[in-house]
Amino acid sequence: MNARLFVLLIAGALFGAGLAVSGMTDPARVTSFLDVTGKWDPSLMFVMGGAIPAFGLGLIIFRRRTGGLGWFGARLPASEPDPIDRRLVLGSAIFGIGWGWSGICPGPGIANLAAFHPEALAFVPAMAAGMLIARVGFGADES
Amino acid sequence: MLQSSYTVYHALVGGILIGLASLLVVLATGKTPGISGMFSRILRPRPGDAAWRWVFFAGLIGGAAAAFAWIGSASLYRPVGSLPAFIGAGVLVGLGTRLGRGCTSGHGVCGIGLGSKSAVLATMIFMGAAMVTVFALRQSGLMSTP
Repeated sequence: MNARLFVLLIAGALFGAGLAVSGMTDPARVTSFLDVTGKWDPSLMFVMGGAIPAFGLGLIIFRRRTGGLGWFGARLPASEPDPIDRRLVLGSAIFGIGWGWSGICPGPGIANLAAFHPEALAFVPAMAAGMLIARVGFGADES
Repeated sequence: MLQSSYTVYHALVGGILIGLASLLVVLATGKTPGISGMFSRILRPRPGDAAWRWVFFAGLIGGAAAAFAWIGSASLYRPVGSLPAFIGAGVLVGLGTRLGRGCTSGHGVCGIGLGSKSAVLATMIFMGAAMVTVFALRQSGLMSTP
C-alpha cells in the first residue's frame, strides 16, 4: 500500500472512530438534538464545535506554510464558494427531511455497517439508490 | 476519561477526530472531503479515482468497529423508526445530499470550516428541515422519545 492510501486509511479510521465516540451513530441522540421543543441534547453542537476549527484552522495553517500545496502533489482547495441556487436549497431541504426522519446522515449510516444493525444495512443501499436518482433524474454529480 | 458514560467531552473529542480526519483527506487528495460526495463517486468511479475512496471507507468502518468495541458509550444505538422508515429516509438522504452537493460533513464541517456562505446556508436549511420533521413526527406520535 502506498503512502497516500495509508494516510487515507488512517483518515477513514479517525473519521469512523470520531463518529462513534461522539455518539453520532446513535439515531436517538441525533434526533434529540433536532428535537428543540423536547428534551434537547446539545451534543451535535459540540461535535461541530470540535470538528470545524480542527479542519478550518488546520487547513489555514497548512496553506500558510506550503503556499496552497498539499501532500502527494495535491493542491489545496481555495475557499471559493459554491453557487447558491435552487438545487442547493431544495436538495438540502430533502436531505434534512430524511435526516430528521431517521436520525442518520451519510457518515453515521456507513459507520453503523460495522455493527451490522439491520437499519444500517438497509439505509446504505437506500442512500445509494437516492444518489442514483439524483444523478440519472437530475444530472447531479456529472462534473 | 472516554471509558466513562457519555459526556460532552465525547462529543468534543469525537468532533476533533472528525475534523482532523477531514484535514488528512484534503491534504492527501486536494478535495473538500464530504462523506456523501466521496461515497457517491464510488458508485460511478473514474479511472484512478476509486481506490482511495474504498480505502477511506474501509478505514471508516474499521475505526467505527474499534470504537464500538473499546469505548462503552460509543456502541449505544437506539433506532427511532421502523425498518421501512429507514429505507425511505435513506433514499431522501441520498437524493438530497447529491442535489444539494453536500451533507453534514461536506457542508456542515468542511464547507463552514472553509468559510463558504453556501455551506452555511445549506447547513441552516437541512438542520431546519430536520428539526421541523422531528417536531412533526413527535407531535403526531410517529417518533418515540428515548
